[in-house]
Amino acid sequence: MKPGVARSGPVRLVPVGPSAFLAEVADARAALALASWARSVGVRAVEVVPAARTVLFDGVADRDALERTLAAWVPGSGVEDGPLVEVPTTYDGPDLDDVAARWGTDRAGVVEQHAALTFVSAFCGFAPGFAYLAGLPDALAVPRLDTPRSRVPAGSVGLAGAWCGVYPTASPGGWRLLGRADVRLWDPERARPALLAPGTRVRFVPR
Amino acid sequence: MTSTTTTDWEVLDAPGLVTVQDDGRLGLAHLGVPRAGPLDPPAAALAGRLVGDAAGTAVLEVTLGGVTLRAGAARWVAVTGARCAVTVGGSARGHGRAEWVPAGAELRLGPATSGVRSYLAVGGGWAPDPVLGSRSTDTLAWVGPPRVVAGLHLPVGAVAGPPAAVDVPGRERSGPLRVDPGPRLDRFAAGTLERLCATAYVVGAASDRVGLRLEGEPLVRVDERELASEGMVLGAVQVPPDGRPVVLLADHPVTGGYPMVAVVRHDDLALVAQLRPGEPVSFRPA
Repeated sequence: MKPGVARSGPVRLVPVGPSAFLAEVADARAALALASWARSVGVRAVEVVPAARTVLFDGVADRDALERTLAAWVPGSGVEDGPLVEVPTTYDGPDLDDVAARWGTDRAGVVEQHAALTFVSAFCGFAPGFAYLAGLPDALAVPRLDTPRSRVPAGSVGLAGAWCGVYPTASPGGWRLLGRADVRLWDPERARPALLAPGTRVRFVPR
Repeated sequence: MTSTTTTDWEVLDAPGLVTVQDDGRLGLAHLGVPRAGPLDPPAAALAGRLVGDAAGTAVLEVTLGGVTLRAGAARWVAVTGARCAVTVGGSARGHGRAEWVPAGAELRLGPATSGVRSYLAVGGGWAPDPVLGSRSTDTLAWVGPPRVVAGLHLPVGAVAGPPAAVDVPGRERSGPLRVDPGPRLDRFAAGTLERLCATAYVVGAASDRVGLRLEGEPLVRVDERELASEGMVLGAVQVPPDGRPVVLLADHPVTGGYPMVAVVRHDDLALVAQLRPGEPVSFRPA
């Protein structure tokens, strides 16, 4: 074990400079669960950032207090379901045929399978309001494009690995695009600026 | 857009990047929102103190090219950070002290003569509408008040107190940036932290508020597996596949997939804020 690395119950805590720590957990669901739990018990950190296999606690003044808090976490303990958001989606993306071939089905098969899933927003990143949505079975994972597109329109629904995501704003991107969502993902004027904040459940509704 | 009143200050010219910055937007990283805030916090805070503003009042961060404004309401102003010529109505004024600008007068900050980022504070503070609780403009996703460009009318706040009679900048740090080991040091060849600290880097031209890009001998990753995205911190030294380190600054993305080899002490980032492309950078263990 490296110096400075501590186990705190089920969580491995790795320092990131003097005032931040990465808590390493099994997967994105565990990270989401730990982050929501830590907030609910009033963890002393300025930022609590869940990601694919970690939760970043940044702005931590007291490492011992953080360790004591996290030691009380029980993985898998009841994290409540977040709100369910239905996302009306037009399935006409440029990679629909490509994904259909990889899934061994046709366009209609992709739409049917994708719209049947309930995703969970595991974490945000890349851009404000861009949510990494977990819930695609590993068997349906698709690689990123070899060459990213220089411009992906806002609202594009895409897949990368076992993640699904919706681009909040136009940007370059390497995700395989299934279609277009007709929702405003990011609005700083709204009470919930990020529509798909971590914990939100998401269903895509074909239109 | 902001409504125009006679108290607003009008931006006549802003050839480089000019943004409004207060203490930044903390606590929203989990929604993908960068922290923003001034790149040289001590210089920004000094400017505010000089004009009598409370801590955390918004200032302008002026990058290299200068800025010209026409005063609405008369106010004290102060310019700190990168050195530049300061004139009011064409007459030379000081850097690092409070100066009076009458209503209608033209205030000009010339191009920076050394350093990169100057800070312009006004009595009462620059007061565009806050976004998500902050007046800082983040340049990664442009969360915050609009970029300061010619034609923009900037509201100023109510004066909080008299200007400071005397204030002095804190002693400027110089020399190598202090680093702590990063969480993914194990993805690099043995001795990589020592290597980072022994390498003479220079500042790359693509450096901005998101990150300081370094040119120099590449660092060698031994574990090429893709890193699962994880939370990033201010000052993180990230290493992309080309091996050339990037020091993450105030507008950095909140998560990323390049491994963090080291983390620069926050107190040393003010020094980073004033480094020009081509200038040397080195590191030492904290």
